[in-house]
Amino acid sequence: MSRVEFMQGNAACAEGALAAGCRFFGGYPITPSTEIAEAMARRLPKAGGVFISMEDELASIAAVIGAAWTGVRAMTATSGPGFSLMMENIGYAAMTETPCVIVNVQRGGPSTGQPTRAAQGDMLQCRFGSHGDYSIIALTPNSVQETFDLTAKAFDLADRFRVPTFLMTDEIVGHMRERVTIPDAVDITRSSPLAEGSLPFEAGDDGIPGFAPFGSGRAVHVTGLTHDERGYPDTTDPAAHDRLVRRLVAKVESARRAIADYEVTNPDAGTVFVTYGPPSRTVEQVMRDYPDDAVGHLRLRVVWPFPEFALHEFPNAETYIVPELNMGQVVREVERHVDQPVVPLGKIGGELHTPAELVRALEAHR
Amino acid sequence: MIAPDWLREDRLPHIYCTGCGNGTVINCTLAAVEEMGWKRDETVFVSGIGCSSRAPGYILTDSLHTTHGRALAFATGVKMARPEFNVVVFTGDGDLAAIGGNHFIHACRRNVDMTVVCMNNHIYGMTGGQGSPTTPPGAISTTTPYGMSEPAFDLAELAVAAGANYVARWTSYHVKELTKAITAGMRTPGFAFIEARTQCPTNYGRHNKLRTVPAMIEHIRSHAMLIEKRDRLVREGRPVPEDIFTIGELVRRNRPAMGVRR
Repeated sequence: MSRVEFMQGNAACAEGALAAGCRFFGGYPITPSTEIAEAMARRLPKAGGVFISMEDELASIAAVIGAAWTGVRAMTATSGPGFSLMMENIGYAAMTETPCVIVNVQRGGPSTGQPTRAAQGDMLQCRFGSHGDYSIIALTPNSVQETFDLTAKAFDLADRFRVPTFLMTDEIVGHMRERVTIPDAVDITRSSPLAEGSLPFEAGDDGIPGFAPFGSGRAVHVTGLTHDERGYPDTTDPAAHDRLVRRLVAKVESARRAIADYEVTNPDAGTVFVTYGPPSRTVEQVMRDYPDDAVGHLRLRVVWPFPEFALHEFPNAETYIVPELNMGQVVREVERHVDQPVVPLGKIGGELHTPAELVRALEAHR
Repeated sequence: MIAPDWLREDRLPHIYCTGCGNGTVINCTLAAVEEMGWKRDETVFVSGIGCSSRAPGYILTDSLHTTHGRALAFATGVKMARPEFNVVVFTGDGDLAAIGGNHFIHACRRNVDMTVVCMNNHIYGMTGGQGSPTTPPGAISTTTPYGMSEPAFDLAELAVAAGANYVARWTSYHVKELTKAITAGMRTPGFAFIEARTQCPTNYGRHNKLRTVPAMIEHIRSHAMLIEKRDRLVREGRPVPEDIFTIGELVRRNRPAMGVRR
């Protein structure tokens, strides 16, 4: 038996985390993500988990990483300014291959910007915001139901790939209220355990080491320094750094077909909208109001690693139009993977594209 | 002397300079761990960045060598998620008092059950000897070439004011007292803070006419005054030398603590 509720996206995010077995939340209040922390503060103690309000976002992600190394599923939630503060430790999580989930309910930036308005302006920061080379996974829900589903899924991906995994939602999805079906249980896939005889950071062909959380008796040394397969610092050997960092990137990028999650509508179309998150809702509205087989839609539920092969699901594509709530971020990925013209349709200020704006773009570019 | 099974012998030699006080403090900490009878599989060492923070890498337990200043926040996550673990944090004056100052006062306030050992050598050693928030006024460092012009933090007094259940200060000269203090901190539920003044002849002594290890240790010893003696001088209306620092147990109390083993 599942139950049907009417709730906001941020509440569904907390429910999805709890359903996935999240039992640790460290956070700091920030609009428009605060309802997630509030829900976790109410629910976690009753579920045998730990909620802790940390002194800032640097501490929040740090506590989450510490908790994750004890083997518990751990999450934090924030928005732009807090996300910026988390960047150093996000790199630490990537370097140490710590499974954890970071929710960013995006708002208008830069700086304090528009606390109560929606944006998708942190999509590149999420991918590249910490220093050095690394790779991450980012999920982009467009509804309250998807917020529940993708939050739960984020924990599995974080565990499977031992990588910080992001739910890149926004003020629109976070605060809108919709019907959501909450199942009694969701399937859970945890990390593969560290095999006997394997070193703590020794990976097989998939590039993912087995996980031995603290208390496993394996005496794992975890460091953000460049390290060898034992986990020991090895900071001057160029080959050691090359081997480690290339593996950290490849374990995610080489699995992008397995990680990919997208919807294709009208694959024979000549004009193709590429969206993620709430702009897809406006595209869907336009496609309902003006049914036209010549207009296609690629909707990404996973933006990072970027599924460039999905762009080629439209063999007749002549033009790609990319509406997003920023001045053009993910459109750069589209541009570098197709030969056809790509139209950026960035919008900032906090409001969704109107159907009329998309229709005008269609008329101008078909 | 500590049992070798707590050390990662395959990590030796260590990175510490000749005459560094950190090895002494690690030794005292491991002696305290042995005194407590803790098991290796239930003990987690956490650290930030700096010379002090390399210590967990030489100890054969699960350990988290984290980012600069954030060790206490990471340790809070470990301990709150798994209260059955014994959590020990190694930190230094730069890591704890400068970049990590906010985490320090909040960890004391929360009184999370962990033991924090701060190797205070009055300098950023790893980066070559820059002035830190505990560099004494007038001291020379690479970033205070005309003498430190800022006042210094008293880390132990800060921990008392912020609410830690156990606070003590000793030095790398006072090996037995330091070991006893760390043990007492480990026994006290809640946040235990032990400051260990340590010598850094390479990056501190060199610039401050304390070039040799014995000169540095003698300098620390001769400027350390028992809290009881300082209090007696005050009581008797006698002058307290300005250049001393106090050693001993500042507080042992039983405020409500978080993350205590159930």
